[in-house]
Amino acid sequence: MVLIRDLLVQVVQMALVVALAPLLTGFVRKAKARLLRRRGASVIQPYRDLSRLLRKEAVVAENVSWLFRMAPYLIFAATWVAAAVIPTFATGLIFSWTVDLIAIIGLLGSARFFLALAGMDVGTSFGGIGSSREMLIATLAEPAMLLIIFAVALIAGSTQLSTIAAFMTSPQVGLRVSLAVALIAIIMVAIAENARIPIDNPATHLELTMVHEAMVLEYSGRHLAMIELAAMLKLLLYLSMIVCIFVPWNIKGPEAGYPAYLVGFASYVVKLAVGGAMLALFETATAKMRVFRVPQFLGAALMLGLLATLLRFVSRSL
Amino acid sequence: MPALIAIAPESRLVGHHRPWPRAVANAAGWIAVTETLADRQRTLLGLWGEADAVHMAVFDEADGTVGVISLEGLEGNYPSVARRHPPALRLERALRDLTGLEPQGLPDSRPWLDHGRWTLRFPLGEKAIRPAEAVPYKFLPAEGESLHRIPVGPVHAGIIEPGHFRFTANGETVVRLEERLGYVHKGIEGLMTGADLGRALQLAGRTSGDSTVAYAYAFSRAAEAALGLDIPPRAVWLRALMAELERLANHLGDIGAICNDAAFSLMLAHCGALRERVLRAADAAFGHRLMRDRIVPGGVVADLDEAGAAGLRTLLAEIRRKFPALVDLYDNTASLQDRMVGTGILVPDLARLYGAGGYVGRASGRAFDVRRALPYPPYDVLRFDVPILDQGDVNARIWIRIREVEQGLSLIEQILDQLPPGPTRHDVADNGEVREGMAVVEGFRGDILVWLRLAGNRVDRCHLRDPSWFQWPLLEAAIEGNIVADFPLCNKSFNCSYSGHDL
Repeated sequence: MVLIRDLLVQVVQMALVVALAPLLTGFVRKAKARLLRRRGASVIQPYRDLSRLLRKEAVVAENVSWLFRMAPYLIFAATWVAAAVIPTFATGLIFSWTVDLIAIIGLLGSARFFLALAGMDVGTSFGGIGSSREMLIATLAEPAMLLIIFAVALIAGSTQLSTIAAFMTSPQVGLRVSLAVALIAIIMVAIAENARIPIDNPATHLELTMVHEAMVLEYSGRHLAMIELAAMLKLLLYLSMIVCIFVPWNIKGPEAGYPAYLVGFASYVVKLAVGGAMLALFETATAKMRVFRVPQFLGAALMLGLLATLLRFVSRSL
Repeated sequence: MPALIAIAPESRLVGHHRPWPRAVANAAGWIAVTETLADRQRTLLGLWGEADAVHMAVFDEADGTVGVISLEGLEGNYPSVARRHPPALRLERALRDLTGLEPQGLPDSRPWLDHGRWTLRFPLGEKAIRPAEAVPYKFLPAEGESLHRIPVGPVHAGIIEPGHFRFTANGETVVRLEERLGYVHKGIEGLMTGADLGRALQLAGRTSGDSTVAYAYAFSRAAEAALGLDIPPRAVWLRALMAELERLANHLGDIGAICNDAAFSLMLAHCGALRERVLRAADAAFGHRLMRDRIVPGGVVADLDEAGAAGLRTLLAEIRRKFPALVDLYDNTASLQDRMVGTGILVPDLARLYGAGGYVGRASGRAFDVRRALPYPPYDVLRFDVPILDQGDVNARIWIRIREVEQGLSLIEQILDQLPPGPTRHDVADNGEVREGMAVVEGFRGDILVWLRLAGNRVDRCHLRDPSWFQWPLLEAAIEGNIVADFPLCNKSFNCSYSGHDL
């Protein structure tokens, strides 16, 4: 009975992330449009876009290998698995015990690996430019992310998200400088990883400035739908991860019962909305930085992650 | 012109060319004038051809005079100007494509406008049925270790005009950019030949859609110069009013669009709204958002009524209220300034050599504005400043636009205050004679040159030279050493016309 319930919660979680991801993207776009005093497309527009793409014919370049066709599914699968194990409305998901934070980063890393390969596989110059820029960003973002995880793990005593979430809601966490520093760092990494302004512009039409969009320029139809959905999932994933580590209120374990799940779900939606609105506000207020400034931006995130880790060693209370 | 005659003593003046003189020279005189261009004593304004003649318009910045020098009765070739003066290079390649005249000694033998897809060769010369196959276009080489090429366009991801850009880059750094244009060649000059004034005016107004007022303005002034026609005072002022509204709308749109290319869409949203206000006020005042076909030889066809004038005054007040806040936003957003300052620097020396007009020249220290240098009414009595900066970067080109928006507001106000009453149009009489006329008008991009020869009321030959002819080559120079990802920013800050250039 317990197993069935746990499985059920896990299945709901997997469905939930896929179902909510386009809504979050639509919400961020809508918020940005409203900030620019435009009316903006409906928040459900991403669903319509995806269903349109799924029905469309996939045009594939003649010179591409099997990798180009396979990559969208691999990218989507890896991102989905990663997103499915992050506690959103409930901790103690049945699959989450097999996947900790480091494994989540690994899953995202492999998704990125395939995307970059697919970008180069098609052989156009834009794909190559996109892949090379993406790798530049990745080589800096991934170490920064790992350092942040170390800092959090040192405090919480685990790299397991459910355990971290439980620890963060317990009284023993207190006020910690290293957590605040880690929060800033993880936001910076999340912006870079999700190809948002100021690192990349998800709404641009300028081929020469693209990073993520340049790699997927040659995709169409269902392949593009998979990649788009994976990108939306990734945004949801990072937001959920930040929420789960830093504001894990109302995320209860299986012992709390079904009503707690409903409360958890409602507060999760509110947290996503707040996060999405803040993202839209930040993106509206800033211009995109030069490609060569990205290392400085991510270098700062790396240093903040390092600082968070070091502070932990300097003093147990920081 | 005495100066030009002094350089080319064997030449004779053409009597029916107005308002500036035209001299028909021999080859030695032509080469002598070419040398004065190479020595920087004069600036090239335009170079165009006919089946057996070439004409070159030059401007003397020292005494502010314009002259046209011609070679007539040519047998298939003439001495190249670009051999000594590089700004003429593309003009001569286009001239060869259109007329079949061979510039002797031109270092570049590649075609320019003719991509081998026209059904006929030399449309303005001895028309020839095209040989079937098109020759592949050879881009200039760039050699070195770890260089790679990035072909961009002609079809772009956004809704912009078509043009091909061939980058050679070392990683992210641009080593060489080569443009290839001509994709939107419409054969306007060919269509003009034999057209009556009304149709020719429509064609001129469609050369570059964003400058339709300036083109109609320049064409009408050239036709009036040829015919010796005076226009009513009210029309003179209304023309300037339309030209200033067009400049205002385009500058506002550009300021927003450049910022948007740095992913700062807030500026685009606000500037776009202001631009829309200008277009709506223009629609209310003159019956067309872009004021197309409103200026005609002999005057204007749309009069401004009380309601239209009141609408324009409301517009001025609104822009005066909102624009300073946008300038502050631009100037105080650090992330935006970081992208703009120092990007895409055009050195003043090149701007002077190419005679770059508009904001491109004025942001690189070239103090040239037709309204000031070759003033035409009513600009001779209007008060305005010509803003000049020397930095030559994207930021400077934006600031020139900002300053010109401010000047434009003041100009529109002065025009509204001083607008004389009376008729707005004189009839154009047909006396059947062959006459030649020329006009240079300041569009929002820079100086637009129109030269035409009328036989009665029909156009015998009309040449329209967009300011972009001398700005496109400078973009290649400005991008060198910048990074690939900054190209859209530089390109948008130049905002050259594809359509006006490809003609």
